[in-house]
Amino acid sequence: MTSIVSLPIVIPLATAAGMLLVRRNILLQRVIGVVGSAALLAAAIKLLYVCYTEGIQVLQLGTWPAPFGISLVCDVFSGIMLVLAGIMSLTTSLYAVADIERRRTAFGFYSLLHILMMGICGAFLTGDLFNLYVWFEVMLIASFVLIALGGEKPQMEGAIKYVALNLIASMILVAAVGLVYGLTGSLNMADVAVHLRDVRQEGVVLGIAILFMAAFGIKAAVFPVFFWLPASYHTPPAAISAVFAGLLTKVGVYALIRTFTLIFTENPQLTHAALVVIAAATMLSGVLGAAVQMDFRRVLSFHIISQIGYMVLGLALFTPLAIAGAVFYILHHIIVKANLFFVSGVVHRLRGTYDLKKLGGLYATHVWLGVLFMIPAMSLAGIPPLSGFWAKLAIIRSGLEIEAYWVVGVALFVGLLTLYSMTKIWAEAFWKEPASPGPIGYASTSGLGWMVVPIVLLAAITVAIGLGAEPAFEVATKAGQELVNPQIYIDAVLGGRQ
Amino acid sequence: MQVVFAAIIGMLYAGAVYMMLRRSIVKLIIGLALFGHATNLLIFAVARLVRYNPAIVQKGDSAPIEPFADPVPQALILTAIVIGFGVQAFSIVLIKRVYQTVGTDDLDQIRGTDS
Repeated sequence: MTSIVSLPIVIPLATAAGMLLVRRNILLQRVIGVVGSAALLAAAIKLLYVCYTEGIQVLQLGTWPAPFGISLVCDVFSGIMLVLAGIMSLTTSLYAVADIERRRTAFGFYSLLHILMMGICGAFLTGDLFNLYVWFEVMLIASFVLIALGGEKPQMEGAIKYVALNLIASMILVAAVGLVYGLTGSLNMADVAVHLRDVRQEGVVLGIAILFMAAFGIKAAVFPVFFWLPASYHTPPAAISAVFAGLLTKVGVYALIRTFTLIFTENPQLTHAALVVIAAATMLSGVLGAAVQMDFRRVLSFHIISQIGYMVLGLALFTPLAIAGAVFYILHHIIVKANLFFVSGVVHRLRGTYDLKKLGGLYATHVWLGVLFMIPAMSLAGIPPLSGFWAKLAIIRSGLEIEAYWVVGVALFVGLLTLYSMTKIWAEAFWKEPASPGPIGYASTSGLGWMVVPIVLLAAITVAIGLGAEPAFEVATKAGQELVNPQIYIDAVLGGRQ
Repeated sequence: MQVVFAAIIGMLYAGAVYMMLRRSIVKLIIGLALFGHATNLLIFAVARLVRYNPAIVQKGDSAPIEPFADPVPQALILTAIVIGFGVQAFSIVLIKRVYQTVGTDDLDQIRGTDS
């Protein structure tokens, strides 16, 4: 039964390889892309179900026993992330049918998307630190090509920053992994967690923890290392920026949560207290940056940063409710943020621009689009009964429980400013009189249905998570429980041989 | 030996940061390459700088001859070098395209997408 654990890596690999065989046939590439994504989603849902009912699933590759070989581990948190990756893969594949033109598709957009998915799923599944670095590289090299694909001028300018900063983060990560090996003689995360308890060189462990925090912090775009994100995420086509905005930065958050709940838990007065400050600064700088922007996607890019702050805050508060809140926040955020980028792509299709000053009057001509924008936008701001409200509620409540009042104040203030930004987009793009009646740039409505279906799908999921918050939160709570008790993870991976 | 090694790694990191802070994108890539070399040497150093036997099991034996060097960090470096090579090759092609599209190699002027 445990071989199912490898499916989320094997399926995207097979899909990407299969598509390379039909490089010239664009129709067939699109079909394989959508079918492969659906298979990935199905496998992920099945895996999450098995993890939720039967506990952590472990696959020892090559049947080498745990600390010697590479383990693939799937707990409920990984399962949730895999399902989200599946949802993103499917919706992006559908959206890309209309959004990614023939030239980019012929160059291999779909293969790259699935290689990206393979890297992401591998990072979610691996139980080995060096293997985590390798999956990060698989993911990065695919994302490098995706962000530069098409070669437009803004894309090239964004790509150079994206590539440079992410390479630095990777090299910091691999240095930190090497130092962990030098200290513990192991790379298996569970084994490292066991051995680090016996290491008496507190300063060295703390230094390595800071290196991990820096590496994953750059990838997750936390304060003060987030500048690459708003400089690059708004440059590629909407389908690509949606999958980046939704999923990619969250892999950094996943890795932060994984390492700072499993491995570096000995010194929370320092590491997690530092994370609280980082989280607060991330929330504030993101939302204040968004307030002055007048480009649809750039406003959304800055909001990714402020929302990352909430997730890091959940980790930093380090109580069972807060960790569950962070997991729920990721669950909510990936769906909502990707959807907002999808909507921005449709707006660009209809009006030919992302500039909020030039947009306007969309509510008069396209009421349905206004409604579809409002659902994720209000969810992002945390208006009940949508999913964002419950996510914020859990984090803020756990903050109040441990009497971290100032950071709760920051979180509430940031929520208010998020609402301001969303109403700004609403007022500028949908409500006000347009500056000119017709489209500004190139506009076309052909194939618009392919772009609307994923938006409706994600909006329905947002509403469903909001109205049925209890079952969703139960799954997040289970994930949180496993995360705050690392012994469960360690026992599952190492078995009886500690 | 360890002191020399530590000094070399430190100088490589310092050189890498210096190159990355320059304005030319070519120097940025050279900085990234130096950063990678420093990291690889760092991993090599954590395996202890000793002259032990290679970790190869001789015919008829069941374990390598003691004392033997730890092969894992060497495997890690090999992987990191291969990955670094691929990524650097990509970066060099990228900066060429950036230069062709944007028309400058000065990072201070490539700020059309900054906010």
